[in-house]
Formats: sequence, C-alpha cells, structure tokens
Amino acid sequence: MSSSWPLWEVFVRGKRGLNHVHVGSLHAPDAEMALRNARDVYTRRNEGVSIWVVPAEAITASSPDEKDPFFAPSGDKVYRHPTFYAIPEDVPHL
Amino acid sequence: MSFDNAYESLIDQEDAHWAFGTGFTESLAGVDRAVPATADRADLFAYCLMLGDDALVLSQRLAEWCSRAPELEEDVALANIALDLLGQARLLLTRAGEVEGRGRDEDALAYLRDEREFRNVHLAEIECGPLAGGDFATTMARLLVFSSWKIAQYQRLRAFVDPVVAAIADKGLKELAYHRDHAAQWVVRLGDGTDESHARMVAGVRRVWPYVDELFTADPVEQRLDVDPAAFRSEVDDVLAAVFAAAGLERPDPVPAARVNGRAGRAGVHTEAMGYLLAEMQHLHRSLPGAKW
Amino acid sequence: MDLEAEFERTVAAEHRVEPRDWMPDGYRKTLVRQIAQHAHSEIIGMQPEGNWISRAPSLRRKAILLAKVQDEAGHGLYLYAATETLGADRGLLTENLISGRQKYSSIFNYPTLSYADVGTIGWLVDGAAICNQVPLCRTSYGPYARAMIRICKEESFHQRQGYELLMTMMSGTDAQRAMVQESVDRFWWPSLMMFGPPDAESANTEQSMKWRIKRNTNDELRQKFVDMTVPQAEKLGVTLPDPLLKWNPERGHHDFGQPDWDEFWQVVGGNGPANAQRVAHRRKAHEDGEWVRAAAAAHAAKRTRTKESAA
Repeated sequence: MSSSWPLWEVFVRGKRGLNHVHVGSLHAPDAEMALRNARDVYTRRNEGVSIWVVPAEAITASSPDEKDPFFAPSGDKVYRHPTFYAIPEDVPHL
Repeated sequence: MSFDNAYESLIDQEDAHWAFGTGFTESLAGVDRAVPATADRADLFAYCLMLGDDALVLSQRLAEWCSRAPELEEDVALANIALDLLGQARLLLTRAGEVEGRGRDEDALAYLRDEREFRNVHLAEIECGPLAGGDFATTMARLLVFSSWKIAQYQRLRAFVDPVVAAIADKGLKELAYHRDHAAQWVVRLGDGTDESHARMVAGVRRVWPYVDELFTADPVEQRLDVDPAAFRSEVDDVLAAVFAAAGLERPDPVPAARVNGRAGRAGVHTEAMGYLLAEMQHLHRSLPGAKW
Repeated sequence: MDLEAEFERTVAAEHRVEPRDWMPDGYRKTLVRQIAQHAHSEIIGMQPEGNWISRAPSLRRKAILLAKVQDEAGHGLYLYAATETLGADRGLLTENLISGRQKYSSIFNYPTLSYADVGTIGWLVDGAAICNQVPLCRTSYGPYARAMIRICKEESFHQRQGYELLMTMMSGTDAQRAMVQESVDRFWWPSLMMFGPPDAESANTEQSMKWRIKRNTNDELRQKFVDMTVPQAEKLGVTLPDPLLKWNPERGHHDFGQPDWDEFWQVVGGNGPANAQRVAHRRKAHEDGEWVRAAAAAHAAKRTRTKESAA
C-alpha cells in the first residue's frame, strides 16, 4: 500500500468583503504544502486571495439528520470516512 | 447559500489567470520600450538572450514533469513554475528581438537559432529527471540553486540600464521567490525524510554542483554591462547554506566542471543534452516553414 | 421517518444531496464509480496532449497547452475531492486506475499524432465532454455538481482554444490545412463514441436518470453534439467524415451514421491503440513518486513529534 498524505479542507476568500468558503479538499504532507497546493489547485495563478487549510480530521460537524444510521459508527468527522466498502468492479462504460 | 456566489467571484475575475490571455505586453504597460542609448546594442541583445534562454530552457525541462510528478498536487505546482519561467522567457526574448532591431520575434529566436547561438547556463539544460539523469530530488536541487541565483541576479537588474529588462526582473522576482521557497521546502523534506530520500537528496546536490561555478563566472558581455554575477556569489552561498543546514545536508566541495577551451553555456558551448532538447523543441516549427500558429 | 423515502423526495424535488445525508448504497457506489472514472479521465487525459508540450510550435502555444494540461490535473483533483466526501480514498482509487480495475474515457486511448490533434481534442473531445458535463452541473449530489460548475467553465476555455488553434492553422499553409483535416478524420468517430453505446445497450442509464446522476441519455447527448458541431465544421472549412451526415428538416436534427461499435468495445475492453501505454505511464509516475510521498510523510511526522516534545 502506498504512502498517502492526509486530507486537508480548503477555504478561500475570493475577494475582500466575502467570507471564506469551502471549495474542496486536497492531500498534503504538512500545512505549508497544503497552503501552496491550495493556491495552485483552487485559485490557480490568481494572487491576492486568502486561503485557509484545515486538517479534515480537525473538523467537527453537526449532522443534518440526527437519525443518520449510516454514519453513526464513524463519528463526527465529515469528510474522512475510512473506506468501508470496496470499489465495485467496473462496468465498461463512460 | 453564498457558496456559488463566492465561487463565481473566484472564477469571474479570471481571464488573467489563464495563460490563454497571454497579453504579456500589458504586464509591462507604461514602461518605455525605446532602446537606451547608453548601452551597446549588441551587448544588450546578447544579455537579453542569456536571460531569456536560461528561463526558456529550464521551463522546457520542468515541463517534462507534466503528468509524471510524485503526486497530482505537485504536478500542478511544477507546471506553474514552468509557466512562470516560460512567461519570463517570452518577455526577454521579445525584448531581445526589439533590441536587435532585425524583426525577429520570440518564436524566431526560440525556434530558429542553432545550438551555438543559445546562451543559457548549463545548469538549465542538464537532465535532472523525470527522464534520465536524475529524479525529483535532483530536480529540486537544481531549482533551489537556479532560483536562488536568479533572485540575486534579478534584484540587481531592477536598476539595469534597460528599463524593460528592469521591469521584467521586478515582475519575475515575486515568481522566483515562490519557486525558491517551493524548492527549499522540498530539499528540507527530502533531506530529513527517510534514509532513501536523504541519499537521493545528497546525490541530487552532487549532480548539480559542478554546474554552480559557471553561474558566477562573468561573460565579457556581462562585464561590459556591469552585471558581473561574481558580485553576488556569497549572498547565494548564504541562502544555500541555510537551506542545507535545515535539511541536514552538507554542501559538496566545489569541483567545477571544466570548460571547453575556456568556454561554456554563455558562449554557446553546451552539454550534449542540449542538442536533443533543441531538436525536440524546434523540429515541428522548423519542419513547416511559413506556417501560422 | 423512512430515510429512503426522504432521499427519493429530495432528489425528485431537485434538491441537492450532501455528504452526511443518508443515501442508498447503490447511489453512493454508482456515484463513486462515475466520479472516479471522470477523475481518472482527466488525469489520463493529460497524456495525449502533454505529448506535444515539448514540441509546441510557438511559445504562445506552449504556454496555452501547458496551462491546459495543468487544468486537467486540477479537474482531476476537484473530482477526487468529491469522491472523498463519499468515503472513497484517493489512494485506493489510484490503485484501481493503475491496476486497470477502473476505467476512464476511451477517447484518451487514441494517440495524438500531429499538433492539429491538440486543436481537435479541444474542439471535438472537450466539446463532447461539455455536452456530457453541463447537465451534471445540476446533478443531485452537491459536491459533484459544484465541481462540475467549475470544470465546465474551464472546459469552455479549452474548447475555444482548440477551435482557435484550428482556425489559425486553416488560415495557414496547405500542409497545415491537410493536417487539420487528417486530424478531424481520425477524431470524429471516437468523439461520437464518447457518449457511450446506444441507449438500447446502455446498462446504467435508467436508474442513474432517476437518481439525477445522469440527466440525458447517450443518444440525446450525441445528437446534441452533432447538431452543435456541424455548423462549426462548416465555418472552419473541414469535412466531417460521415457520408450519411445531413440535415433532416422533419426531425429538426441532423441524421448521421453510427461509429464502429466493435472498435469501441475493443478499446473499452483494453485493446485500444494506447490503453497499455496510458496506464503504464500513470503507474510509473505513481510508483516513481512513492519514495517522495513517503519522505514527506516521514518529515511531517518527525516535525510533529518535535513540536510535541517541545510543548
């Protein structure tokens, strides 16, 4: 199994006067690289925006549906669920 | 709620972040493009080629990583750096053509000069991975040395006799600082990471080290234009020493590669790798004379 | 409250399903497969065009192409991020790609043999991708829909640059015009195949339509693409290589011939002109990068320990 880097959630302030909003996630070994990668991936070469990166594991979230049985065992980490099912064999189509 | 709106704001201001726009003359708007009377035209032309070729050739090398990087995020980062250098090369070669005054544009200079007319340093052209000749560690070693050297060079060029080159250097400095930072972070990570990465980082530094001396050896053109790179050698040494210390690496002994009858890249005498690089870069352009792209 | 009924109501009302919502297992699996295949397509799609970066015939074209291929890596990343909100793991998806267990768009198993192919891919392949993808901006799964909004915007730049390259080449020399026509001849049929097999033979369509994961059938999208492309081809001055292609005033659409579906199934089955090469290239990049990823992870772990012991 190959080494993979932890997941980081990325929040970007597109311009002054707006909140930071969640735009996606990425993998990086550490916070510095996560910030650089976020700039490159989510704002490409667009300078002057403000970026936050947060380890996905550090996010605690409410559940929109408290009766949420599917996720109940895996706690409150929104994004980083372990892979609990195998990726199905492929259907030849796309 | 505001998600899509905020997203829009990222996207909509965007033509500038596409290389597609390529309106690069705009980035130097307001700069006087008259060739300064106080500089020798032939020297200024040659120096623009030296600077432009350094950037163009290293960009060509870095772009070889495209679709081959160790992780997808790094693929994007390396492409960014290659694009920055390509942008600098285009500005510099365009300026070279203006100074020369014979109607050659960036493409005539990039595609229709022969190897002996290219004036980049060897450090830019040698193979450092992903193909033969190195790996990601070697690539980062080269990028660290190259960008540290370029930063010192461009800082001085902000006061250069030609205001266009000065403006290009000023703009390029921000980009180069980012490249150096990227390389330095990787050199530290790899130097410190695992036994394998440390060994590879040591080998990478050794691979590029023989080409360092050339960076600080003035060509007669540079002497006449008063831009002798020897002036900032110790400054660059200090930067590299700091990074190496943080990475747990020792700086190799300076064993400069011998020159050919006293000549190297600045005089158009290159390594064997250069011929292949140019053959690949130039063949399509040359094989369809008169074509429009 | 019945979770499944609630889910069905949400989807039928065109509301978005978000990561922590309950969803049927089949919906999740189908989505992961579809988004992962799409992400893989972006990443593998870097290769046929990346093939020409070092040889781009002008510096402007080199910058455009490098930026475009870089965008494809970015698109792949947005999409892998969307799969991770569904509990998938990017490392495992990558394993699935390089072991050949998961597919990507067959179009990228065709070789790029001239610089005109860069333009043709932008025009026809990205054009077909846009037809497929625009409806997905309204797909039921929120993170996927949001990724698609951004991707579609960027893809429209890609299509434009492709068409602009071909226009420029058509205004150049005879050799260039011949190069464009030859490229269009090679890519026309594979582009039509991008919409998948005819509806009658497509296994997944019905359930996916109900779940709003898919919004139009393969044949609908193919028709739309042909209708959109014919006038563009006329304007460009190239011939589309289909003798049956003609306007049908009664239907209000173009009639057109069928691609060679045997070739399609051959390519999908792994025997396309470049399947082995594409996967091997991706596998090599991934495996060659292993020591780098391991080193960065080791360095981060050491630093964390240092910080903790200092605290």
